[in-house]
Amino acid sequence: MFLSIDTAVIIEKLALIAVVVVASLVIAMYATFAERKVAAILQDRVGPNRAGPFGILQPLADGLKLFFKEEIIPNFSNKFLFILGPSLAMLTAMMTGAVVPWGDKIHILGRDFSLQIADINIGILYVFGVVSLGVYGIMIGSWASNNKFSLMGGLRAASQIISYELALGIALIALLMVTGTMSLKTMVVQQQAHWYSWNIVKQPLGFLIFLICAFAECNRTPFDLAEAESELIGGYHTEYSSMKLGFYLFAEYINMFISSTIMICLYFGGYGIPFFEHTVAAHCGTNWLAFWHILTLLFKVACFLFFFMWVRWTIPRFRYDQLMNLGWKILIPLSLFNMLVTGAVILFHQYGWHF
Amino acid sequence: MGITQILFWFLSLLAVGSAAMVVVSKNPVHSILFLIVTFFAISGHYILLNAQFIAIVNIIVYAGAIMVLFLFVVMLMNLNAESEPQKNRLMLFIGTIAGASLMLVLVAALKQSDTTTHLIQMGGGNVGLIEQLGKALFTDYVFPFEISSVLFLSAMIGAVVISKKED
Repeated sequence: MFLSIDTAVIIEKLALIAVVVVASLVIAMYATFAERKVAAILQDRVGPNRAGPFGILQPLADGLKLFFKEEIIPNFSNKFLFILGPSLAMLTAMMTGAVVPWGDKIHILGRDFSLQIADINIGILYVFGVVSLGVYGIMIGSWASNNKFSLMGGLRAASQIISYELALGIALIALLMVTGTMSLKTMVVQQQAHWYSWNIVKQPLGFLIFLICAFAECNRTPFDLAEAESELIGGYHTEYSSMKLGFYLFAEYINMFISSTIMICLYFGGYGIPFFEHTVAAHCGTNWLAFWHILTLLFKVACFLFFFMWVRWTIPRFRYDQLMNLGWKILIPLSLFNMLVTGAVILFHQYGWHF
Repeated sequence: MGITQILFWFLSLLAVGSAAMVVVSKNPVHSILFLIVTFFAISGHYILLNAQFIAIVNIIVYAGAIMVLFLFVVMLMNLNAESEPQKNRLMLFIGTIAGASLMLVLVAALKQSDTTTHLIQMGGGNVGLIEQLGKALFTDYVFPFEISSVLFLSAMIGAVVISKKED
């Protein structure tokens, strides 16, 4: 029968889902800590150093503080939607991890255990679909607050995300033309062949567009107009307090983590170890290879997360009209150009001058 | 009953129920949210038919783009049951008749159609997978496909041109 999966597969997938969810939560927690440390270093300060050695317990303290804060639901808000908003933001942030290949496979109890939750043949489209749903958390929350400033912040965030999704999609089309597959796993395997087979070599402009759009999709500086406190009090989460506010802030960090992983899978060889892939593969067993793969992926993710933070504390925020101009008048024509050039090069590669 | 059938009935109930709620609910924002649930249920049906590409495109285009625009407009208009003008009896009467006749036409059309030979195989076929779909689109249907993509491209460029004219 079509859906008769055996129990072992269900158990191993559930275990993998639990591990991925917990790991992305922990990484997002420590991303908040890293953000404060990076900001401190860039501004010549010390940063949080009270809780635990070097302040490494700071995220726990922050979480506890958020949990113990008074939970306020405004009287004139729509209670169900008010709670649904941050939950949706968190849900959509966590869902993307399902198609990311975290490693090749491990071998336990005589079974091969794929380190990817679902290798569907529309992998990257699934990511795109979940990202496009991310708007709802912000929009529903901002509307349910029944506050003009929240609504303005939510509308800003939503229009920004919709505008940048277009350029993101077209940049992806060019990449799909090069790779000829939509499965993230296949893309990663393709990029393992040589050191120069990373897709960033073939699609530098596409990567640049994708990177800018990823910043905008995560609502990160310089695109964080949704929470421009000098204009909009706190943005879409003005009315939120306690852990519901925490969910919104946390979802941003999970989004950062997941979008870094996606960018690495698409353009930077995924879990592939640069230069030493074949050497390591020849000398290690399956499990050790998977260990090094995961470590490599996490290292690349750490580099990207640092880049996100570096940009945040270096570049000032755009004005709203500048943001829309960049999205519609520069990025979309640029990504169309990138797509045309990619198509022409692929055709030339296949047929030479005779097409 | 196998898992497929349970899922089918669950998704069907969800789709029909939330579609009914779209019409019934008083708050237009709630209507839109129920419509999104309906789209998700329909996407679930596509997945049951092993048409993953259509399922995800349905979510991206309808739930991810069009419904966001709906939500945008409704949120900005801030419609309320109190401020809504009262509809008169005649309008209600005409609306009921129009809806009922549409229902009659649909039921009649369904009754005429041949349901036994054209039943789609649940989960069996791979027609909906992206490779098959791509081959069909770029060989048998290449002309309509290209025409419609040119239409979309010109719409997108048109949006950029309109926004450039303003300044």
